[in-house]
Amino acid sequence: MKRILGDLYKNRIWLLMVLPGTIWLLLFSYLPMFGQVLAFKKFRIHPDGFFASVMNSDWVGWDNFKYLFSTNDAFVITRNTILYNLVFIVLGLVAAVVTAILLSELVNKKLSKFYQTGMLFPHFISWVIGSYFVFTFLSTEFGLVNNVLGWFGKEPISWYSESKYWPFILIFMSLWKGIGYGSIVYLASIVGIDKTYYEAAMIDGASKWKQIKHVTLPMLKPLMIILTIMNIGRIFNSDFGLFYQVPRDSGALYSVTNVIDTYVYRGLMNLGDIGMSTAAGLYQSAVGFALVMITNYIVRKVDEESALF
Amino acid sequence: MHPAVNAIISVLLGIFTLVCIFPFIYVVIISFTSEESIVRNGFELIPKEWSIDAYSYLWSMKEQLFQSYGVTLIITIVGTVISVLMISFYSYAISRPQFKYRRFFTFLAFFTMLFSGGLVPTYIVVTQFLELKNTIWALILPLAMNAFYIIIMRTFFLKSVSESILESARIDGASEWRIFFQIVFPLSLPGLATIALFSTLGYWNDWFTALLYIDEPSLVPLQSLLMKIEANLEFMRQNVDVSLMQQSLFDTIPQESAKMAMVVIATLPIAVSYPFFQKYFISGLTIGGVKE
Repeated sequence: MKRILGDLYKNRIWLLMVLPGTIWLLLFSYLPMFGQVLAFKKFRIHPDGFFASVMNSDWVGWDNFKYLFSTNDAFVITRNTILYNLVFIVLGLVAAVVTAILLSELVNKKLSKFYQTGMLFPHFISWVIGSYFVFTFLSTEFGLVNNVLGWFGKEPISWYSESKYWPFILIFMSLWKGIGYGSIVYLASIVGIDKTYYEAAMIDGASKWKQIKHVTLPMLKPLMIILTIMNIGRIFNSDFGLFYQVPRDSGALYSVTNVIDTYVYRGLMNLGDIGMSTAAGLYQSAVGFALVMITNYIVRKVDEESALF
Repeated sequence: MHPAVNAIISVLLGIFTLVCIFPFIYVVIISFTSEESIVRNGFELIPKEWSIDAYSYLWSMKEQLFQSYGVTLIITIVGTVISVLMISFYSYAISRPQFKYRRFFTFLAFFTMLFSGGLVPTYIVVTQFLELKNTIWALILPLAMNAFYIIIMRTFFLKSVSESILESARIDGASEWRIFFQIVFPLSLPGLATIALFSTLGYWNDWFTALLYIDEPSLVPLQSLLMKIEANLEFMRQNVDVSLMQQSLFDTIPQESAKMAMVVIATLPIAVSYPFFQKYFISGLTIGGVKE
């Protein structure tokens, strides 16, 4: 006991340094983790505050989950979340790597810098702004796309109520926002590749294409793997703004725009169904946790260097 | 490389760059289009009739606009200062070999990256336990820390602040706090600048926490004002004091162009400043992996 106190005293400065952060983590991360038990309860507000409310709410076992999975919603949101993320991961990776390689091959370096700055712009704006950008193109009355359709004598399309176009629009917007940043991550890595590899390849008579295939891509592999594992670990999470702001929360589009995050949000704010939306959130956290552990485990087996932890 | 190939690459990348920045240019054009022109011809690339009505209309409701700009500025500045201090203290401590419990506190932060508390429990904690609803702290505190930044900064401190540099200061009897602010802080400016910029951008662009925790109009930040602009334009119009005089200035309310003018004034500060600090974002990517 005395030794522990002595150790604590010896480390007092470091403990003081981690104190604010620890308080934050306890309040904003660990307390909500404890609050996940509400997924198994019927939430009732108790006058004695938060803990009393959580403790005094009645246990309902798996009822909230049964209710969640009895509807078609659970299937739709899981399908949407996973499919969109898979497409984002694959297309995002390919597009970012290709763009990075093209940027690095550009002879005019000033032009390359200018392009990089331009491509980064979408990364810096919020989805609220992004949704207005989309609106200028897709507004039924005033939008550019319907105007152009008009010139060709085509009927205007009511974009915000026709769900069939939205998978493409959302994929396009996700790439639009992400490629610039993604490609600069890879570009930073390409710039760091030792030039002697390329010189050796050139002496061996390797064409540009062969150099990319046999030098650049293998050198980028570890980074590609790490970023992809991180994305797979987050496959149950979505960019809330993309799915909420860009379709302007249009009910007609929910079948293709509703993901777990938007479902939990609407369950909480529009329906006030605490039990069911906590259950959906716990389902997301638990599967996400399992996915990170499994992917990391597999990667560690295959190539220990590339594992995340 | 063959010049033709280079030309093709330049054109392809040029088209993509244009796709990235064109929407903003388009929004600027629409904001200067007269409302009549919009109603008649839609959003045009080259409007038949230009107008600054949208901006004078926004000027007539400047109170709410300035209020929201002020809220955004306050949460951005206060939030960034708090997060940089909190994150740098925490990650510096867990990067020091003298700190006996560093592994425990590293895990405490790292675990929150793997398993999250979820939206609903967080909402209940913030509104019912911390009772932050409709306070400015609801916009600041939930975004103040992020385990990912802690891990990045820890790697940064491990790499760039070696014990040997600090040893001599310790021998001279400097306290750990003095060492932190006088030696570690200046040495770590590139890393700290990166965290500060991530944080600034996060606060400036935040609308989600406001969507959850703020109903009070005087606390609505810029992005959420923009989000609810349809309702807000109507709301603000009714609250214009000199409404009669103002109304006569506008034959029709420049609803569409005013929305776009709002987008412009919310985006402009970022659009003009990010090219100057983008290098920190890029260097931030390379400062830290997750592993030791």
